[in-house]
Amino acid sequence: MKKKAFEHFMAFITWTAAIITVCTLLFLVGFILVKGIPHIKPSLFSLTYNSENVSLMPALISTVLMTLLSLVIAVPLGVFAAIYLTEYARRGNKAVGIIRITTETLAGIPSIVYGLFGLLFFVTVLGWGFSMLAGAFTLSIMILPLIIRSSEEALKAVSDAYREGAFGLGAGKLRTVFRIVLPSAMPGVLAGVILAIGRITGETAALIYTAGTVAQIPTNPLHSARTLSVHMYTLSREGLHMDAAYATAVVLLTIVVLINTISARIAKRVGSKA
Amino acid sequence: MICFDIKNLNLHYGNFHALKNINMEIEVGKITALIGPSGCGKSTLLRTLNRMNDLIEGCKITGDIKLFGEDIYGNIDINALRKRAGMVFQKPNPFPMSIYDNVAFGPRTHGTKSRYELDKIVEESLRGAAIWDEVKDRLKKPALGLSGGQQQRLCIARALAVSPEVLLMDEPSSALDPISTGKIEELLLILREKYSVIIVTHNMQQATRISDKTAFFLLGEVIEYGDTEAMFVMPQDKRTEDYITGRFG
Repeated sequence: MKKKAFEHFMAFITWTAAIITVCTLLFLVGFILVKGIPHIKPSLFSLTYNSENVSLMPALISTVLMTLLSLVIAVPLGVFAAIYLTEYARRGNKAVGIIRITTETLAGIPSIVYGLFGLLFFVTVLGWGFSMLAGAFTLSIMILPLIIRSSEEALKAVSDAYREGAFGLGAGKLRTVFRIVLPSAMPGVLAGVILAIGRITGETAALIYTAGTVAQIPTNPLHSARTLSVHMYTLSREGLHMDAAYATAVVLLTIVVLINTISARIAKRVGSKA
Repeated sequence: MICFDIKNLNLHYGNFHALKNINMEIEVGKITALIGPSGCGKSTLLRTLNRMNDLIEGCKITGDIKLFGEDIYGNIDINALRKRAGMVFQKPNPFPMSIYDNVAFGPRTHGTKSRYELDKIVEESLRGAAIWDEVKDRLKKPALGLSGGQQQRLCIARALAVSPEVLLMDEPSSALDPISTGKIEELLLILREKYSVIIVTHNMQQATRISDKTAFFLLGEVIEYGDTEAMFVMPQDKRTEDYITGRFG
């Protein structure tokens, strides 16, 4: 009898926890939608920003550019590093241990620290100024551990039977890795890239110090630009355009959901083809 | 004629002495079965023949293995060796790509580019592995959609596609149902006409059904090696007799 009561109690607790979690999320999304949707106006999407229209379009375009630029730098580096760690490094190799510790540590550093590093190194020492380029390099250092780790996990999960099969046919290491192992690991690698996109679009601290806050479309990688998150941060800090900030939040939310759906589709397609 | 000539072969995994002083001459155009209880070294021997053991850290090999007179542990191209000695594994391991691409992977690896030639090789190999009729209409479909038995015959076709001289088979039907096993065995008897086959098997009936020569392994040693029929009718060694009559293993 007592046991039964305990079971009901535990069931109650798990249910409550689940309901609270879902409700919090729904409330948050609902709050943003209610506050933001009424203020979405065509003028919010004009190509140039001024304090009259508070346009988010330049920030939207900068976000896309910043994401692409960071991924172009970080994805090849991260994936190749992961390939080295899983396919080439011998077990017990000291370099592997060092790389692992480094990536773990990098992953735990708050983004503001990356921002300060970017400010000191890319912006000042290299003299790039507040620029897309400085921002993208800072972000790519920030997402590198994530890409390395998810790619490494994905590569490790590829069955050794595939490697043996390829070697058994006389394929060399390079061909085995790039034709058999990497394609099989692609869904996992993409999952890491998706998470990285999420971090990039959500980042503010690391960008304010490196990419600056100019609210126009950058025409040169050495120009300053603000992403949507930075745009929102700036709007709410200035406190003059809270409505526009909420509307921007709705757009950002939509974009993140869109990116996740699309990339999940892509990952699924790559996976089923495999 | 002899394909693999193995002399004084010793193999260590770290401190474990896995193969002890193996001497075997494997004949061309025959099916040679390697039998013995688990852990006796039969798969290990098979994997030294195309140097798959090179991939395992801490594996040390001494002695001589010659393939048609050429020392395979000497100064040779390992990838070329693995092309000459094709391997089929215990669990079917088709690559996660189409049936066509699976078979074409080997030839492409070794430089065949022409579409016409690849088409020809793919068809010949699939016919050779007695699976052409089952898959000819779905060559572009994923190989992982095939049944286990079909996957294994696809893997055999994949191995045939690089025109090997010897086929090394590591318990190729142990993961399959009896009907698929039957098909693989029929196939082996056909393959014997063109290739030398070395097959590791746990299944003594299988060894008697298909093989010409049998080697019995125990604890890393070859206890007995000779004509299958003679060995199963009148084993020379007490341990062989105990094993094939099912007293252990």
